[in-house]
Amino acid sequence: MAFFFAQLLTGLANASSLFLVASGLSLIFGVTRIVNFAHGSFYMLGAFIGVTLMEVLPGHFGFWGSILLTGLAVGLIGAIVEIVVLRPIYRAPELFQLVATFGVILVIQDLTLMIWGAEDRLGPRAPGLRGIWRIFGEPVPKYDIVLIAMTPFILFGLWYLITRTRLGVLVRAATQDREMVGALGVNQAWLFTGVFALGSALAGWGGALQLPKGGADLLMDFNIIGTIFVIVVIGGMGSLPGAFIAAVLISVLNVLGVTYLPSSTLVLMFVVMAVVLIIRPYGLLGREEVAGEHGQVGAPETPIRPYGRLGQAVIAGLLVLMALLPLVADQFLLILTIDMIVFALFAASLHFILGTGGLVSFGHAAFFGGGAYAAALLVYHFDTPMEIAFLFAPLAAGLLALGIGWFCIRLTGVYFAMLTLAFSQLVWSLAYQWRAVTRGDDGLISIWPTDWLSGTVPYYYFTLILGVGGILFLRHVIHAPFGYALRAGRDSPRQAEAMGIDVKRIQFAAFALAGVMAGLAGGMFVFSKGSVFPTELEIAASFDALIVVFLGGVKTLAGGVVGAGFMTVVEDWLTRLEYWRLLLGLVIIAVVIIAPEGIVGSIRSAWARYRGTGDEEVAK
Amino acid sequence: MTLTRRMILAAASALAIAPVAASAQDTIKVGEINHYKRMAAFAEPYRKGIELALEEINADGGVLDTELEFVFRDDQGDPAEAIRIAEELMTREGAVMLTGSILSNVGLALSSFAAEKDYLYLAAEPLADSLVWGSGNPNTFRLRASTWIQAAMLAEEAAKTDAVKYATIAPNYAYGQDAVAAFKENLTRLKPDVEFVAEQWPALFNIDAGAEVQAIERSKPDAIFNVTFGTDLARLVREGGDRGLFDGRDVYGLLTGEPEYLDPLGDEAPEGWFVTGYPWYGFEDGTPEKAFVDAYMDYSGETPKIGSLVGYLTAYSIAAAIEEAGSTETEALIEAFEGLEIPDTPIGTLSYREIDNQSTMGAYVGTLALEDGAGVMVDWEYKTPDGYMPSDEEIMEMRPAD
Amino acid sequence: MSEILRVENLKKSYDGFVAVNGVSFGVAKGELKALIGPNGAGKSTCFNMLTGQHRPTEGEVFLDGENITGRKTRDVWRKGVGRTFQITGTYQSMTVIENVQMALMSHHRKLFSMMPRAWKLYRDEAFEFLDTVAMADQADRPCSVLAYGDLKRLELAIALTHRPRLLLMDEPTAGMAPSARIELMQLVADIVKDQGVSVLFTEHDMDVVFAHAHHIMVLNRGELIADGSVTEVRNNPQVQEVYLGGGTLFKEEDAHA
Repeated sequence: MAFFFAQLLTGLANASSLFLVASGLSLIFGVTRIVNFAHGSFYMLGAFIGVTLMEVLPGHFGFWGSILLTGLAVGLIGAIVEIVVLRPIYRAPELFQLVATFGVILVIQDLTLMIWGAEDRLGPRAPGLRGIWRIFGEPVPKYDIVLIAMTPFILFGLWYLITRTRLGVLVRAATQDREMVGALGVNQAWLFTGVFALGSALAGWGGALQLPKGGADLLMDFNIIGTIFVIVVIGGMGSLPGAFIAAVLISVLNVLGVTYLPSSTLVLMFVVMAVVLIIRPYGLLGREEVAGEHGQVGAPETPIRPYGRLGQAVIAGLLVLMALLPLVADQFLLILTIDMIVFALFAASLHFILGTGGLVSFGHAAFFGGGAYAAALLVYHFDTPMEIAFLFAPLAAGLLALGIGWFCIRLTGVYFAMLTLAFSQLVWSLAYQWRAVTRGDDGLISIWPTDWLSGTVPYYYFTLILGVGGILFLRHVIHAPFGYALRAGRDSPRQAEAMGIDVKRIQFAAFALAGVMAGLAGGMFVFSKGSVFPTELEIAASFDALIVVFLGGVKTLAGGVVGAGFMTVVEDWLTRLEYWRLLLGLVIIAVVIIAPEGIVGSIRSAWARYRGTGDEEVAK
Repeated sequence: MTLTRRMILAAASALAIAPVAASAQDTIKVGEINHYKRMAAFAEPYRKGIELALEEINADGGVLDTELEFVFRDDQGDPAEAIRIAEELMTREGAVMLTGSILSNVGLALSSFAAEKDYLYLAAEPLADSLVWGSGNPNTFRLRASTWIQAAMLAEEAAKTDAVKYATIAPNYAYGQDAVAAFKENLTRLKPDVEFVAEQWPALFNIDAGAEVQAIERSKPDAIFNVTFGTDLARLVREGGDRGLFDGRDVYGLLTGEPEYLDPLGDEAPEGWFVTGYPWYGFEDGTPEKAFVDAYMDYSGETPKIGSLVGYLTAYSIAAAIEEAGSTETEALIEAFEGLEIPDTPIGTLSYREIDNQSTMGAYVGTLALEDGAGVMVDWEYKTPDGYMPSDEEIMEMRPAD
Repeated sequence: MSEILRVENLKKSYDGFVAVNGVSFGVAKGELKALIGPNGAGKSTCFNMLTGQHRPTEGEVFLDGENITGRKTRDVWRKGVGRTFQITGTYQSMTVIENVQMALMSHHRKLFSMMPRAWKLYRDEAFEFLDTVAMADQADRPCSVLAYGDLKRLELAIALTHRPRLLLMDEPTAGMAPSARIELMQLVADIVKDQGVSVLFTEHDMDVVFAHAHHIMVLNRGELIADGSVTEVRNNPQVQEVYLGGGTLFKEEDAHA
């Protein structure tokens, strides 16, 4: 019993810092609807700034003063980020800001490396709080007790702020109804900035407060962000009490998991999230998202049309050129192009459900990596000929998409996105931990193509035919009744249902088709690289695809493909440089600000302006 | 339009890259692929070690009377990315061979790639045993003493004590799992009555140290085998120290004594742990080990890490192989590497075994102590891998037919 | 005259609040019937229960004798019930004619078809429907740029595509200029006459109602207080009480939709 109590205390101590960070994220989402993936970066900044201040300021006052100042400093940085990066793009399409925050992550990572160097910093001890107290005979670190004791005050402080102050009234009003805040005569822009600064400050405080239990390092940002999102989603996006309950729940379950199921550490919280979302689709205390509440901001998508004669001729010409590429290009350019085509198909498959279907998936890599693994497992364990194993890539990915889609499709918006994320994490952990079959992160290696495809040139044609074929097929489907039905369900689910369209079923089928296509890309990937590792199933892989789709332009048909091409080239070029992440982050932010409709969308608008036509009439 | 833009971009990329691919072969180039960003703390000293070696080698006339050059590229910690870069280094940059990688998965990917395309890959830092054993191939050589060897050295020491009940804690990925398995196998062989009462698997760089410490304490072990490193180690040491987990218990720490991981612990370095590491501060004047340390500190202005030594030895291994081969052709290089002997390195003579392409680099073992508010290894000893390796028959069994 | 729609004791309550309380009525075949009542009387809730958006707490709905209570919206549609909404929900990213084609694709069960070009499918047929509502000249405009009244007419065209037996129109003329209202309802009346479809509509504009409805029902606070011919309803003291006494009058009261 004493042991159990001590475990509970450990969980509660962990929860306090997590709750601080999560409450910031939840506040920011609730008011601004920004899915702020850079939140972990503010947490990391809090840790580094805190360490630096504590080195300068000695004693009790120095320690606690440093924590206070850290929050203020990070809040200020948050405000600057909001004003410079996010404010220009609030009118951009749903979740577009997410891409910008990803750029912010990259910039902050490199700036932190530049300022603080690469070495990990051990957090300073809180003065007078080194060592333990014994509670029922069990040792409990003093600082844990202080953290636990502080949490109710933090909760109370936030509660007071939200329910008893004018700022709180505005925040709640904005969470309920964004338009209303304008009606209250409040400058919405500054409210957003203020809330973003407050949320960032909370992350900064969380980073500084955890210092005596850990330290500051360059991996903190990615390490915490997953946990924080899980907490916020389990609690219900935008709900502070929900975030608190979820922080405690996850922390305590983690402690129990460590003791009784030690190898569960990677997936436990994602399992909890999946279960909660399946039972309660809007989290524990979240409210239903009103359809269209934060969807389809900005100009509506223009009607689509297949290319006319000229367009088709241009495409045919380009295909011929690509077919002739091996005559002039060197080996590496062919390989770069193979990578580009594979990534383009992967991105196009995500774009299919995201752009055409309005389903934002955070876990699309499960199908890309799943397809790659399916083929690789057959080759590795059964020496299956490549020709057959390859077919299993799209097949297995499609089946996986059917399974995952069955659970996810009933959810909407951010919750849908997070459930796909949870499932992709489960798939990832399967590949990562089931070493007997998957070899864990040692990966499956020596998965090379069959003899007649083993040369770069034959494999180039193989990729060209299947990859371009897949992309063209998806385009064709978008123009077919199925694609129209999918779009109808996105534009107005109510109207679609009222004309006999089973929206969920259409989306389910589209999700599966996207899975098949991602799996096809995964199959081409694994045989071009000769190996596959769990990295292909990681969150980062899903986000790569997500980002290129947004960069290319969600509301355009070529967005995914163009974004993928753009990113492959930019990355290939930038990673040669010392601070490439900083530059890549700045490029992403610049694209987001300059071209809020994405690359293709903005080019199209510019073209339309140049031609002097409004985008009212569709070209026949 | 889709294809239009892709083509334009591809063409643009070709143009953008073209100037880089200056093919004038005035130097011998080695392609080096590593995780300079995501694991900068480990990769930077390694790079400086290489640069120091190159300075010395080229001051001495280079190799085959040509300047030796390393082309450093960042792989973002992604095996697929690493393979693309490897291809570019070999076909565009004119690299004659590949080296690098700290992460085992990238090392394995490069190894498989090298075998398929018939390139030469010297795995400098990755520790995975399978690189030269279970997944070994003729095109891959490895410098550093692998997980098995280092774990076996610790197990040997553990077997000398009375401890019977062991707890293990290792990051939840291949390296951690291999290390625990190797430690268990070696220890059980040496001391059949040992019992493993707890196995903890925290997520890599995301340890919940308080909970892990409680869980280990609950199993009441006599001794603990630690594989965590980096921030995980710092948190474990702090929580475990506060809660008295290590009091009266022997602890064996894989890599814990390496400056990369020991230095950040400062005055909280856990005294009494038996560890593998790199006691650069303990070398005596006049030894080649000390000479390297001095040269490195002169060159970089920093104290050396184990990565510095590995980088230095990597460059010298490659230089020696090229000289030996008398050519930069892959086939000749592979032949040169097999059984290659490099005398007078900081760790004495370094050679590459013919049986499994593994080098004879060993490891330093010793006990942690605190001196002037910093952790150091005392009573340390350099051990060569001899006697810790599986038998030749076992290795032949594991290694796919060459 | 037999009934196309029969509603028995329909009731809907949310957390103790009763929105519709035991409403029973019928719509005869070929009839143009109005459902009126002040704001919040429960008209839209009533419609939503008929077409499956909401499940009734109690009561039953029969379509031409078949019990369709609690059926899903899309099933009700397939059974031949068309519906337009108070706030239009056309597909913003499609052209006018594509909106109609979409409905036709659904009607012809082509939704999962991946091969044909959607914009070529049923285009002639769609033109005819647009012609019916005088929208043919705007067929290729994007839906997002249409004037409000045009959207309403488009919705009507869409609702006609599967040749419904019954058409439910929720405030078909809200937000339109008075002359356009009369025009639109004249169009509906013609369709009723020509195609034999029955129409049940809600409406605030009493001029529209009295000009076109064959019968009128009055809903107040969730209860049906009158159901009869135009004259009967006009002279019903309870109705006068609700509209005149309640101060809301037989007047325009809600044009913001």
